[in-house]
Amino acid sequence: MKLPIYLDNNATTKVDPRVFEAMTPYFLEDFGNAASRNHPFGWKAEEAVDYAREQIAALIGANEKEVIFTSGATESNNLAIKGVFEMYEAKGKHIITAVTEHKAVLDTCKHLEKLGAEITYLPVGIDGLISVADIEAAIRPDTILVSLMYANNEIGVVQPMREIGALCKSKGVLFHSDATQAVGKIPVDVLADGIDLLSMTAHKMYGPKGIGALYVRRKNPRVKVTAQMDGGGHERGMRSGTLNVPGIVGFGKACELARLEMEQDTERLMGLRDYLESELLKLEESYVNGNIEHRLPHVANISFKYVEGEGLMMAIKDIAVSSGSACTSASLEPSYVLKALGLDDELAHSSLRFGLSRFTTKEEIDYTIKTVANAVNKLRDMSPLWEMFKEGIDLKSIEWTEH
Amino acid sequence: MAYSEKVIDHYNNPRNVGTLDKASHKVGTGLVGAPECGDVMRLQIEVNPETGIIEDAKFKTFGCGSAIASSSLATEWLKGKSVDDALTIDNMDIVEELALPPVKIHCSVLAEDAIKAAINDYRAKQGLAPIEDTKKHY
Ligand SMILES: Cc1ncc(COP(=O)(O)O)c(C=O)c1O
Ligand code: FES
Repeated sequence: MKLPIYLDNNATTKVDPRVFEAMTPYFLEDFGNAASRNHPFGWKAEEAVDYAREQIAALIGANEKEVIFTSGATESNNLAIKGVFEMYEAKGKHIITAVTEHKAVLDTCKHLEKLGAEITYLPVGIDGLISVADIEAAIRPDTILVSLMYANNEIGVVQPMREIGALCKSKGVLFHSDATQAVGKIPVDVLADGIDLLSMTAHKMYGPKGIGALYVRRKNPRVKVTAQMDGGGHERGMRSGTLNVPGIVGFGKACELARLEMEQDTERLMGLRDYLESELLKLEESYVNGNIEHRLPHVANISFKYVEGEGLMMAIKDIAVSSGSACTSASLEPSYVLKALGLDDELAHSSLRFGLSRFTTKEEIDYTIKTVANAVNKLRDMSPLWEMFKEGIDLKSIEWTEH
Repeated sequence: MAYSEKVIDHYNNPRNVGTLDKASHKVGTGLVGAPECGDVMRLQIEVNPETGIIEDAKFKTFGCGSAIASSSLATEWLKGKSVDDALTIDNMDIVEELALPPVKIHCSVLAEDAIKAAINDYRAKQGLAPIEDTKKHY
């Protein structure tokens, strides 16, 4: 086993060596521009792009013509939301999203608010799930888009996509989903799920960074988005810019591997995740954040009460994880996702997110369990809050000096 | 963010973790910060009332590595100092000693606040007026 151990796979993943191998010829030999129509270099590149488009479409049940390449999920979310807002302005200016969305969605919506959009930010339950009834109640005659993520990046909670898709369809409202964390990890089917626009990125599923796609439905209904990048009119005019051919090839390969190996990966990862989680929950006063049933198979977000997340990360420096603690973020605010669940700030400050991958081993999980448990115990011995808790003092009864 | 060696040393081998009898008239306790802010520091001093010398100091901290290191360092500095000298400990001394980056300055402020709070608690037990904190941080 090699240290440090990487368990931050919701941030990004290692490129699968098979993906890397598939990409390499497109740097050194077949380096053509896929838009060059007049020579074999261009043809080869275009062929490779077309093939990747099919691999990607197959993973999400789409047609290859519906795949628009972008630089990643941030750009896909921008293109989907801004593009729909501009294209469907005549119909209305109202968009529905949720408070636990990624910043790439939330900040895009904030931007549109300045341009006259009206945005409803739906709350979530304590388990992180959105209520479909809340969405229905929020839909107005001038609602043009519902944008809700497939699976959350911090807690892994998977939203009831099919019900939301069916609701949007029945109301004639477009449905966009940021599926960055879900694609390649759990079955995603744009037809069955009733999704009109779907954002994805390669680097969360063992592909390279800097390449992603937006699925844009072509039938029932035919969806159009206004380009946010003007230029040569690539990607059916929706996204100009020379295609990142090696990235696209890698993305395609990553999708193919995910399609073929998802079932076995899921079974193994869920086993490891459940083992990690059940062992860590043996520590007193530790809690799982988010719904444990409707959840990605490889994620566990756990709060260890009375221990501060960044302090904890320092004690487990051999293990790369992330924390909802304020001290790890430049803003000194704890995770807005955990706060949106209604968690006490204290619990939000005490959380660690473990994200497993195809490459995670049982040995690594054993090491993680041992290391985290020791660190939690050590820091609790040092924690005034733990001491008070053990003495039966209600922390809420103390007048704290906020600073 | 990378931590300085001194922060890591204090974090790995914290000095003077523990609890003094807060009911004792010789002990001053300072509890500062708030769980919602992600940092709570409790610093205690035991003073010899005859000499005014701090004979023991203990801490417990809920917070990041820099907060733990700041409080650990503070207890080291407090031991053997007179209460009056202890009042001169400035958070920037801690920042310098531990090479804290700007985002971690508030961890040192917390340690200074904890020292002052502990001294005031001790003073109150001795029937003395609290020292006003006239210094502006940030
Ligand atoms: C849910 C979600 N959306 C969007 C993004 C942004 O993706 P990218 O890094 O490809 O722009 C991420 C990753 O950070 C994410 O987790
Ligand atoms: S205690 Fe919050 S950054 Fe140090």
